[in-house]
Amino acid sequence: CSRSTEFPAKMTETREERRFAEVPRESIKLMAESAGVELGDDVAAMLAEDVCYRLREATQNSSQFMRHAKRRKLTVEDFNRALRWSNTETICGYGAQDALPFRPLKEGELFFVEDREVNLVELALATNIPKGCAETMVRVHVSYLDGKGNLEPQGTVPSAVQSLSDDLLKYYQQITRAILGEDPHLMKVALLDLQSNSKIAALLPYFVYVISGVKSVSHDLDQLNRLLHMVKSLVQNPYLYLGSYVRSLVSSVMYCILEPLAASINPLNDHWTLRDYAALLLSHIFWTHGDLVSGLYHQILLSLQKVLSDPVRPLCSHYGAVVGLHALGWKAVERVLYPHLPAYWANLQAVLDDYSVSNAQVKADGHKVYGAILVAVERLLKMKAVSLSASAEGGAAALQGSVGGMMGFRESSPGLSPPPEPLSEPPLGIASHLQAGGAGCQWEEWTPVSLPDMYCELYSFFGDSLAVRFSTGPALGGAPSATPIQSSDTRKEPGSGAANLESTRKMPQLTANMNISPRQDGSPRTEPAPPSLATAPGRLGGAPKRKKGGQSRDIFPKARFPPPQVGPPAFSFLIGGRQMGRRCQGRRFQTSFTPTPSLTSLPPRAYAHKLPVIGRVSKPVRRWTCSHYSLYLPL
Amino acid sequence: MAAVQDGGSEPEGEKEPQPELPSDGSSAPAATPASKPEEQQQQQQQTLLAVLQFLKRNKLIESVDALRREAGLADEPDEAPGSEAGGGVGGAAAGSADSADASALLSRVAGAAQSGAASAPCNISFSSIVLFIVLSVGGEDQPDVSVVLSAYSQQGDPSLYQVYYSGLKKFIESVLDCHRAELSQLFYPLFVHMYLELVYNNHESEAKAFFEKFSGDQECYYQDDLRVLSGLTKKEHMKGNETLLDFRTSKFVLRISRDSYQLLKRHLQERQNNQIWNIIQEHLYIDIFDGMPRSKSQIDSMSGSLAGEARREANKAKVFYGLLKEPEIEVPLDDEDEEAENEEGKPKKKKPKKDSMGSKSKKQDPNAPQQNRIPLPELKDSDKLDKIMYMKEATKRIRLGPETLPSICFYTFLNVYQGLTAVDFTDDSSLIAGGFADSTVRVWSVTPKKLRKVKSAADLSLIDKESDDVLERIMDEKTASESKILYGHSGPVYGVSFSPDRNYLLSSSEDGTVRLWSLQTFTCLVAYKGHNYPVWDTQFSPYGYYFVSGGHDRVARLWATDHYQPLRMFAGHLGDITCTRFHPNSNYVATGSADRTIRLWDVLNGHCVRVFTGHKGPIHSLAFSPNGKYLASGSTDGRVLLWDLGHGLMIGELKGHTDTVYALKFSRDGEILASGSMDNTVRLWDAFKAFDDVETDDFTAATGHIHLPDNSQELLLGTYLTKATPVIHLHFTRRNLLLAAGSYNSQ
Repeated sequence: CSRSTEFPAKMTETREERRFAEVPRESIKLMAESAGVELGDDVAAMLAEDVCYRLREATQNSSQFMRHAKRRKLTVEDFNRALRWSNTETICGYGAQDALPFRPLKEGELFFVEDREVNLVELALATNIPKGCAETMVRVHVSYLDGKGNLEPQGTVPSAVQSLSDDLLKYYQQITRAILGEDPHLMKVALLDLQSNSKIAALLPYFVYVISGVKSVSHDLDQLNRLLHMVKSLVQNPYLYLGSYVRSLVSSVMYCILEPLAASINPLNDHWTLRDYAALLLSHIFWTHGDLVSGLYHQILLSLQKVLSDPVRPLCSHYGAVVGLHALGWKAVERVLYPHLPAYWANLQAVLDDYSVSNAQVKADGHKVYGAILVAVERLLKMKAVSLSASAEGGAAALQGSVGGMMGFRESSPGLSPPPEPLSEPPLGIASHLQAGGAGCQWEEWTPVSLPDMYCELYSFFGDSLAVRFSTGPALGGAPSATPIQSSDTRKEPGSGAANLESTRKMPQLTANMNISPRQDGSPRTEPAPPSLATAPGRLGGAPKRKKGGQSRDIFPKARFPPPQVGPPAFSFLIGGRQMGRRCQGRRFQTSFTPTPSLTSLPPRAYAHKLPVIGRVSKPVRRWTCSHYSLYLPL
Repeated sequence: MAAVQDGGSEPEGEKEPQPELPSDGSSAPAATPASKPEEQQQQQQQTLLAVLQFLKRNKLIESVDALRREAGLADEPDEAPGSEAGGGVGGAAAGSADSADASALLSRVAGAAQSGAASAPCNISFSSIVLFIVLSVGGEDQPDVSVVLSAYSQQGDPSLYQVYYSGLKKFIESVLDCHRAELSQLFYPLFVHMYLELVYNNHESEAKAFFEKFSGDQECYYQDDLRVLSGLTKKEHMKGNETLLDFRTSKFVLRISRDSYQLLKRHLQERQNNQIWNIIQEHLYIDIFDGMPRSKSQIDSMSGSLAGEARREANKAKVFYGLLKEPEIEVPLDDEDEEAENEEGKPKKKKPKKDSMGSKSKKQDPNAPQQNRIPLPELKDSDKLDKIMYMKEATKRIRLGPETLPSICFYTFLNVYQGLTAVDFTDDSSLIAGGFADSTVRVWSVTPKKLRKVKSAADLSLIDKESDDVLERIMDEKTASESKILYGHSGPVYGVSFSPDRNYLLSSSEDGTVRLWSLQTFTCLVAYKGHNYPVWDTQFSPYGYYFVSGGHDRVARLWATDHYQPLRMFAGHLGDITCTRFHPNSNYVATGSADRTIRLWDVLNGHCVRVFTGHKGPIHSLAFSPNGKYLASGSTDGRVLLWDLGHGLMIGELKGHTDTVYALKFSRDGEILASGSMDNTVRLWDAFKAFDDVETDDFTAATGHIHLPDNSQELLLGTYLTKATPVIHLHFTRRNLLLAAGSYNSQ
């Protein structure tokens, strides 16, 4: 209660009378003396008491000025007002808007207001003239929308989320809980919604934040998978503009691809699949959000290259690098993996050749890498051939467009190769970014190896495996594909029609090369082709074949393939079939094996367990149909 | 000063209050039949004296004279000390006649206090009066105050006071529970008066001991008063102490059931405890009712004010709380364009619809006052336009409820250096005004439309007055700015209020004036001087023209903008008037006071028609419900109370705030009550439910015994925190968006 500050040096707080400060009569006497008056004890006592009372009264009165000024602190000004209204002289010299600190003196119970000396000279000559106080202003902001704001329990949500609206917050919680939770059905629903919800833009940062948590769950394959699925859904959501968040997503995906995850310590964990899926996702991001990530392309290539060339890294990282390159397209493979292959091969060979028991695990890993490289280079060859022929066959018949579209897609579909890649003049897709990002120049500087040379070299590494691979693809992968592919057709068309068109132009040559022995395993699966298709392939097979024959002959003889013989009628029948896609592709290489079909069927199987082929795990092709991925690695 | 309400400002009370008061032979020198008129007279005299005292303090000599003449008081008491003293004796002896002068009457009060009518006490009282007069010669103090004080001059053995008090305490603690609660009400007033008697009779140490022994027993909500009391230890301090005067000039009102009262009476008679009995007779007003004694919670909910509860008959007057008929607005022709502008198509269809909407309210509400009960200003064209805008906005209004709470926009005043003291919004939420401790008033435009002054006279003469856009042309573009500062006051501005037509702004200040500002020229038009003390609040009538102000002088004044003197003065509060609000129908004014009561005044005749007690701290905010039926009030104790004006009853208590409630506002439909407080929160309450839950039966209405459901938590719809900004004003836009305002407080 002792708010009165005007007798600072004289006021003491007496203990007995706890309510109020009292002025001792000695103080009164002192003050009187200083004014030149001698006071008796009685008078001093009376005065002291009266002073106390007046002080209390003034203090009580001053508090109403404080209340009406809507303040919590009593100011000197309030007290002065109270004095003024009771016809008492006001106290000068203590006016301050701020609260005055009331300090105790060490000896004795003495309290005073600190009164610092002000150097007027300094003040007067100061060069930094104070700017004065900022202007009084009013600022408005919406504090609570629809009465909602701070009612939400704040639980485990990252702190930033608290500013979200109630509904979004709930959505966020439900979705993350569903995706990271146990119930696979819930997860599916959540992912599906995430993929199609148009109103979650505000939540994107939070989802990205959650996804960036991959690093903290590297021991938990399942969680990693779920997070990757979340990425997929976000990437696929047509209403979301990922903007700069895409970088964060890519880095999370890259983490899954490249890092020696804690989960991979246990050989029982199928982290390979995770890496495959992540790579697939990477390719998808580049494919669909190329405009956002173009700047990242080189960075990623570099990091992949770095991992690949780092012998200290575990094989699983190398594997990731390979599938990553594979995902980035055959050009990436050609640029990074192919030149690096000779150097790398030595290391890999060493691993593979070591038959010691202790090396068994590493060796198994090595085989994985081997398989991945094989797949990558296979497609490199394939696409290289296609591109070459494309340049040669610039003016392929436009008529084939529609049919070729399907074929082109099919051809790339067996789950091993990325989507039809734009080769020469792509309006969308990676190539354009590559060019935009300055990649184009580098490609030009880099002297491409001719296809035959490349084949030669690769053959020197892989030997027959290379060819075997070509042939085995369909045999192994084809079987389960029967039902799902149909849906893939319907799905696919609207999405990437243009891209398909691009690739279709090259198809004739390819098909020409393979169309030799349609019948063997094509027939059982074929369906009657639509009439329109039936006619088109006929033209395909016939006309373009000859033109390009020269080139393909250059290449494939090395693979000991005889120059392809085309049987137009049978061929047209096959490729027209909707479910034929996969078959077609396989068929083109089977030609060389036609004489010994029984032999070919065995080696692939042998390899199959030796070099588990990417995408050939348990239930593969079913899901890819649902996505737009060319490379689908089911989890 | 013609409108001074002489003594009539307290019309309540005298009808039937006293019949039950003990008229046991020993106490009154006068015969039983005489005691009633005498009592009345005493009261009137007391009131009169209070008014006189006030007038003199304000140096309104003429009014004093006029009042005296009117009241038949011939001479000034301070010039006739002899007659005063003589009157004291004479009054005790004769107990006569209206014609006696004021001082005589007053000292008769003192005389009558002498129980037993012995001559010795009389002498003592005489001497004390003389003593007092001697004292007052030195100071400028008013002798009538000393006369008032002299009522304490009776002698008892000071050492026995503690015995008396503890004896009563023991007795009350021993009675049945149902009576105990009621009789416990006696503690506080008895305590205060006994203490004051001790102090007055210079028994300082006894007083101190008495205070220390029993102050702890008092209800906690009397702490503030006790603090004032405890500082008061000398007789010399008693004069000029306002709290003390409040105690004395008004009787402390208690409501006690007949049974409890009889119990008390019997006890006091048995014990011959005259000391206490005298105090009860002199200083307390016991309102006796038949029926069940009230429970502790019932009593607690109504007590807390400086002068006890309101007398029952104080709230019996009829209040016309209904709304006035909306004036018919013939939609002007040019309005069609405007409407077409705003909502394309079917402007004509809308019009009749609106009319029909308007006509609903045209049915005369039985509770509404006569349309012309208070003369209201004619509607100008611009007012009609504004009404039309209002109706348009109203159609887009969000219907609030527990499910659909309003959005809240906060207007934060920055860089005010703790100086923001008052805020107001215009009804259409286009302007915001702030009153500041540095004596300035600032007006901001909330919309993109900037504030412009009217051109100077010289420039105005050049304008083509016939042009259509003359209203636009008179504005000076060069002066356009977001805010304007109004200089004029010489003290903190404690209240601001916009006129409904947005042309004027009122501000009330510590300097004792209310100023009227033009929002066209941004200059001061009038300074209304009448309050000679700080004016805490002012508000425009919802129909403009009239405004009310109230302040430290305890008198609320009704003004009209074109009169420089007040039209009405509402006197009766025992403490500062802290806030003033107009009833939506403009026929009533509510004032909240530091005496912890709320009064409702009739603008027409200046009568006090409602007294609401129950708050435990000074009242700092009031809000009428839009339908005019209810009043909400907030005080420093953080509670919001709801009142039914028609029945004069408290109908709800909203607990939740932890600091002074400075802002209250009902949503436009009255569904939600928003309260803003010093505790940096805005709280929303379900007003609809609060009013709906109340079923006022005849019994409650007749007795005034209320049962308050403790349902604050159910009614609380939300608590909204600011960062560090006390909420000092709330406003619902016409579409029910809640605007809140306050100044950021960094400490």
